[in-house]
Amino acid sequence: MRKTKTIALGIALAVGTFTATGAMAATTLENVKEKGHLQCGVTSGLPGFSQPDEKGNWTGIDVDTCRAVAAAIFGDAKAVEFTPLTAKERFTALQSGEIDMLSRNTTWTLTRDASLGLNFAGVNYYDGQGFLINKDIGVDDATQLDGATICIQAGTTTELNLSDYFRAKGMEFKPIVFDTSEQTVQGFSAGRCDVLTSDRSQLAALRSKLSDPSSAIILPNTISKEPLGPVVRQGDDEWFNIVKWVLSVQINAEELGVTSANADEMLESDNPNVQRLLGTDGDMGAKLGLPDDFGHKVVKLVGNYGEMYDRNVGPDTPLGLSRGINALWTEGGILYAPPVR
Amino acid sequence: MKKQTFDTRPAGPKPWNDPQVRSIFFQTIAIALVFWGGWVLVENTLSNMESRGISTGFGFLDETAGFGIIMNLVPYDATMSYGRTFWVGLTNTLLVSAMGVVAATILGFIIGVARLSSNWLVAKMALVYIEVIRNIPLLLQIFFWYFAVLSNLPSPRQSVDVGGALFLNNRGLYLPEPLTQDGFGLVWGGILLAIAAVVAIRVWAKKRQLATGQIFPTFKVGVAILIAVPIISYLAAGSPIEWDIPALKGFNFGGGITIIPELAALWIALSLYTASFIAEIVRSGILSVSKGQTEASKALGLPNGLTLRLVIIPQAMRVIIPPLTSQYLNLVKNSSLATAIGYPDLVAVFMGTTLNQTGQAVEVVAITMAVYLTISLLISLFMNIYNRAVAIKER
Repeated sequence: MRKTKTIALGIALAVGTFTATGAMAATTLENVKEKGHLQCGVTSGLPGFSQPDEKGNWTGIDVDTCRAVAAAIFGDAKAVEFTPLTAKERFTALQSGEIDMLSRNTTWTLTRDASLGLNFAGVNYYDGQGFLINKDIGVDDATQLDGATICIQAGTTTELNLSDYFRAKGMEFKPIVFDTSEQTVQGFSAGRCDVLTSDRSQLAALRSKLSDPSSAIILPNTISKEPLGPVVRQGDDEWFNIVKWVLSVQINAEELGVTSANADEMLESDNPNVQRLLGTDGDMGAKLGLPDDFGHKVVKLVGNYGEMYDRNVGPDTPLGLSRGINALWTEGGILYAPPVR
Repeated sequence: MKKQTFDTRPAGPKPWNDPQVRSIFFQTIAIALVFWGGWVLVENTLSNMESRGISTGFGFLDETAGFGIIMNLVPYDATMSYGRTFWVGLTNTLLVSAMGVVAATILGFIIGVARLSSNWLVAKMALVYIEVIRNIPLLLQIFFWYFAVLSNLPSPRQSVDVGGALFLNNRGLYLPEPLTQDGFGLVWGGILLAIAAVVAIRVWAKKRQLATGQIFPTFKVGVAILIAVPIISYLAAGSPIEWDIPALKGFNFGGGITIIPELAALWIALSLYTASFIAEIVRSGILSVSKGQTEASKALGLPNGLTLRLVIIPQAMRVIIPPLTSQYLNLVKNSSLATAIGYPDLVAVFMGTTLNQTGQAVEVVAITMAVYLTISLLISLFMNIYNRAVAIKER
C-alpha cells in the first residue's frame, strides 16, 4: 500500500509542477522590487568595464549601467547584485531568468537581437576590433598581416569579424582560439601568435598586462563595429523601456550639463528639459513605472554618461581611452539620446 | 466435471493480490512515468523557448559558419556551414584521442612491466613516474607542456632546422609532405603484397612449428619483407613521390605538413597521464597471475621474454581489459580540456564558437553530449568484444 501512496504522491507532484510552469510569470520590474535588488550579469573581470576591486566592490562602465537602473528603481545605487559570467554563459543566464539584465560588453548584432529572445536596450560604449602586434615584426598596417597567426579569445564576435576581414582582403591567417583573456595574452607573449585581436578598448588593457608593454603596438585599423550595450529579455516591454531610458537619461544629463555634483542645485533650474529630466516637472517616471524623481536619483547617485566614462575608461584611468566617437553628438561624437519629454 | 477432478491447485489469488499481476502493473506505471517525465521536460523546454522567442531546431547547421579553424582533417574554410564545423571538431577530437590511446597503451604497458622489473633502478624510476604523473591534475600538465615547454621553442625565424626539410619552432613541427605522383599504384601494390606475404609466412611457420617443433623467426623476416618490398616497388616505379618542403615565407612557414603545438601538448599530456594509470592496471594484471605459472614455464625452459609474452600477459589480459576500457573512455573525455590551450576539438569549435555565434545552446550541447556518449559506447563495445575473446573459455 505504501508503494501506491508514493506513486500517487509522485503523480501529484509532477502534475503540480506542470501546471505551475504554465502559470503567468510576474513582470521583471515586480520581481526586482520584490527581491529588493537588481541581479545584473557582468564579466568576470575586464578592466574599465566590470571588475571587482580588492574589497569585492564592482567597478566599471557596465557596472555603472546596472547601478543606474538600480538607482532609478530603488533610489539606491548599491541595490545590485552582480553575477560574473563568461561569454558563453551570458545569454543563457539572461534567457533563463537567472539575471534581470545583462551588461557585459556585449555587441549588438542582428542575430543576437532576433534569434536569442533578447533585446538590446541601447549602447553604452561604441567599440571596434583592432590588432595588437609585436613591434619587432615591423608591420604598421593590418593589410600587411597575410599569413599571420592570430590569438583570439573564444566566445566573442571577434572570430567572425576577423575571418570576414581577411576574406574580404584575400588574405590568409591561422586562428588560435583561447578560452580566457589571460590565456590569450599568455599565448601572445609566448610568441605562439604574431597578432592578438580584440576590441580596441581591451587592447590597451591587455597590452598593459605584458611584461614589456612597449614591445607591442596597436595597429591603427579598426575592422569592425562593436556597439556594446545592456541587454534584457524579450517580451517585457516595461522593463526594456526602463533600461533603455535610464541610459538615455544619463546621456541627456551630460548634454544638459547635469552632473552628480550639481544635481541638487539643478532641481531649481528653469530649463524645462532639465525639469523633465530630474522629475520636477511632468510625470516621466510614472510613464515608465518608476518614481518621478528617477532621473535625479540616477544622475545624483551614478552620474551622467561623461562622468561614468571618465571614471572607468577615460584618459585618467589605466585604460586611458579618449572619448573619440563616444563623445556627444554636439562634440563631434555619435552619442545622441532621444529626448526626455 | 473432468476439469474439477484434475485441478487440485487451490484457487489462485485475486488479480490485485497476484504478485505477478501486481509487478507487471507497477512496472508499466513506472515506465509510463519515466516516458511522461521525459516528454514533459522536452515539451516544457520547447514551449518555454518558443514563448521567449528563442530560435529552436537544427536549421542552423546549414548556415554559413564564417570563422576560421587552424586545423582541419576534413576540408574546411570559412564559407562552409556550421554542420561542417561539427565534423572538423569531431575529427580533431578523434585524432587526438586515437593518438593518445595508442601512445598511452604502449607507454603504460612498458612502464607497468618496468614497475615489476627485478632491476631496482628501473622499478623505482617507473614507480616515481607513476606517482608523480597520476597525482598532478591533467589540466596543469597540459598547461605545463604547452606554456612551459613548447612555447619556449625558438621563434620561426630561428627554427631548429633538420636537413633543410624538417623545421621545429614555437608554431609547430613542419614536415615535408609527400605528394604522390603517377605510378604510385605500384607502391600500394607492393605494400599489399608484403602484407599478404607476411600473413602467409606466419600461417606456414605455425604449421611447421606444430608439426616439427622448429621455430621460424617470423617477426624478423616479416619486418624485413614489410620494409624491403615497398621500397623496391617504389624504386621500380621510378620514385613517384614529390616532397612539398616547408619554407619560411612572411610570418611563418608555409607548405608541408604542420603539427601544431596545441595538438602536441595535448597528445603528450593525455598520453603520459593515462599511461600512468594503465601502468598500474598492467601491474595488477601481471600480479594476478599466480607465481606457479612463471615457475612452470621456467621449468619448461622458456626464456624470460617468452614467459612474459606467451604465459603471463595472455592471462593478465583478462584482468587488464575491463579497467583499461574505462581509462580509454577517460582519455577521450579528457581530450575536451583541449579548449584551454586552443586546440580546435569538438568542445572548442562546436560547443565554443558555433554555440556562441548561433546561440542555440540546447541543440549544440545535446549534439555534443550525444557524440561523446556514442564514442564512449563504441569503445566499450569493442573492448567488450575483445574481452570476450581473451576471457577464460569454460570447456
